[in-house]
Amino acid sequence: MKRTMAVVAAAALVLTGCGGDPLKGGGGAAGGQIVIGSADFSESELLMHIYAGALTNAGVQVTTKPRVGSREVLVKALQDKSLAVVPEYSGNLLQYFDKQNPAAQPDEVVAALKQKVPGGLEVLEKAAAEDSDALVVSKDLANQGIRSIADLGPKCSQYVLGAAGEWKDRWPAKIAQLYGCTFKEIKTTDAAGPVTVEALKSGQVQVANLFTTASAISANGFVALEDPKRLYPAQNILPLIRSEALDAKGKAALNKVSAALTTDKLVALNKRIEIDKETVADVAKEFVTQNKL
Amino acid sequence: MFDDLSRYLSSTSNQELVLTQLLQHIYLSLLPLVIGLALAIPLGWLAHRYRAASGVVFGVSNAVYTVPSLALFVVIPVVLGTQILDSLNVVVALTIYTTALLVRPVCDALDAVPFHVVAAATAMGYRPVRRFVTVELPLSVPVLSAGVRVASVSNISLVSVGALIGTGGLGVLFTSGFQISYTAPIIVGIVLTLVLALVVDLILVGLRRALTPWLRAGGTT
Amino acid sequence: MILQELFGWFGDPAHWQGPDGVPNRMLEHLGYTLLSVFGAAAIAIPLGLYVGHSGRGGVVLVGLSNAMRALPTLGLVTFLFLIAGGSEAGTIVGLIVLAVPPILAGTYSGVQDTDRGVVDAARGMGMTGWQRLWQVEVPNALPLLMGGLRNAALQVVATASVAAYVGLGGLGRLLLDGLRVIDYSKVLAGALFIALLAVLLDLVLAGLQRIIVPRGLRVAAAAVAGRPKARSSGRTES
Repeated sequence: MKRTMAVVAAAALVLTGCGGDPLKGGGGAAGGQIVIGSADFSESELLMHIYAGALTNAGVQVTTKPRVGSREVLVKALQDKSLAVVPEYSGNLLQYFDKQNPAAQPDEVVAALKQKVPGGLEVLEKAAAEDSDALVVSKDLANQGIRSIADLGPKCSQYVLGAAGEWKDRWPAKIAQLYGCTFKEIKTTDAAGPVTVEALKSGQVQVANLFTTASAISANGFVALEDPKRLYPAQNILPLIRSEALDAKGKAALNKVSAALTTDKLVALNKRIEIDKETVADVAKEFVTQNKL
Repeated sequence: MFDDLSRYLSSTSNQELVLTQLLQHIYLSLLPLVIGLALAIPLGWLAHRYRAASGVVFGVSNAVYTVPSLALFVVIPVVLGTQILDSLNVVVALTIYTTALLVRPVCDALDAVPFHVVAAATAMGYRPVRRFVTVELPLSVPVLSAGVRVASVSNISLVSVGALIGTGGLGVLFTSGFQISYTAPIIVGIVLTLVLALVVDLILVGLRRALTPWLRAGGTT
Repeated sequence: MILQELFGWFGDPAHWQGPDGVPNRMLEHLGYTLLSVFGAAAIAIPLGLYVGHSGRGGVVLVGLSNAMRALPTLGLVTFLFLIAGGSEAGTIVGLIVLAVPPILAGTYSGVQDTDRGVVDAARGMGMTGWQRLWQVEVPNALPLLMGGLRNAALQVVATASVAAYVGLGGLGRLLLDGLRVIDYSKVLAGALFIALLAVLLDLVLAGLQRIIVPRGLRVAAAAVAGRPKARSSGRTES
């Protein structure tokens, strides 16, 4: 008898530890809890928290799921109903749904995007804030007269590029076509994180793919190259959602976020996270309060 | 470094984040331990009882162990048709590892039960199932518990890898800290993983003591 | 359908060439593994021999090495990357930490489990401490030591994929990059090659074990086990 008790106690101990899976529960039926996800970099996480704050204030019950992965994973997670809302970047998202789409200017891109988003998903209004991918070089290389991808083009074969794993699947053909650029090697680093920055700093790679809003660019004296032929299309921030998951009130709340978000504000917020190491959720909360979202 | 740490931990939203991930980590590592043990007992019994089965069982469990955890985490939703972010994927993957890891200890533990005790139980009229549950299994606890302790430690450290596929747990502190070159959350994550492993280990030791009263009564091991 | 895609992946010659090709990734993976296992062996074997031989510090050692097992490799590797400014060394150290406990446990328990009667006999024959260690305890410890080494190699091969997360190469690249673009055939191919590497490495180490473990020990083990297994005696005699 005593032994059975011990077994039961053991099971209870183990089970109370679970406290239920905080991530379980409807991936986001309208009215129920909706799940907001983010990609695996801090700006996306910041935007996720801002969306969450605005939706909470609009009376929507939300949970967050940070650092889910790349765009490919996020979209799949929206489609299989694990997620309901994710922050996205207009140009890259369009490229993802329609590889050959020529749209490059902000409004063009969003218009094209609205057509190309697969059924069940929907993009809301874009923010003025842009955060584009950018090819970045060290100060030395910039001083040798390389200021734009056009300058880099003919010399690409001398240089190694450091970028996230998916770069190789997305951009080589387009950059070759626009700028005649074929890199000597494309080294997989990470999604504009410390691996990429370290690789550029140490000279392991001479060109790196970072984001224009990244604090690491100015902090390390890197130079972001101009992109006159728009290799990377306009990248306005906008929410990608599963349509049925949000009602009009929720959508309005997210549109208000977009209306408040500018590139300068985003750069400042990023700096607080990346350089001052403030907590992402706190920075987001403050932004939501300040802008009365 | 310590300034960083105390600053990180003083933020209430960080505390919340850490606690959520800790709970998730406990869930993701201990549930597979329980299920894995439940699966390993019949499999280990098979290997113990039938030598022919042992080759198959051990062969498969060794093979399973060569599959990298990251790959298993990724492939499981394809095989099971679960949602890719479902924490069930990690639970299933770790259950597979736990089972593979525990089959041998279960078999060894059953082998270690003195034959004369089993024979005595048989002579007293115990039927096989009852004999297994009330005599062999309890007597195998001392040897078995060592295996369970190894499996719990290994699960607790493996769950962190789940962060790479977005299933949460303390590994999230590693990836998010890494992203912004911030060591404080990484240190917190490592320390909590160690503490969790230690606490679970102490609980398991306590359980073993509770389940083996004869060892204390006899005063010998 | 997945199998078809997988075969398609294998059939594409682009996947077999250059720095991203399977052969290069496999060599990188093997390189990290060997470096880590050798590094761990260089630390763990002397330490295990010392503690096992002298009998001092056994409890502390076992406790420490169990605690080391709980250290999450991903956390360690990211931490060391940030501390060491992005060098490869940090990742190798992380993997060494992973490999030390099994080797240490194997070495220590190998020496510890050496029949005390045999050790006493050696002492009675006038062997010095060094002689006892090298001529009696080490040979007796070899089966368990090699077991620990094989275990460590297996774990490192499987875990070295994590290195890809901090920008290194190896087969982990296939897993992580495949995951980012949801290319399951790439992920599966990566997993298969890692498993293959693990099996090959284990075979090599098993062969090594067969060569260096003294024959007398095998015969004795077979005698104790009561039934000579083909695996441990029969085949090697021919």
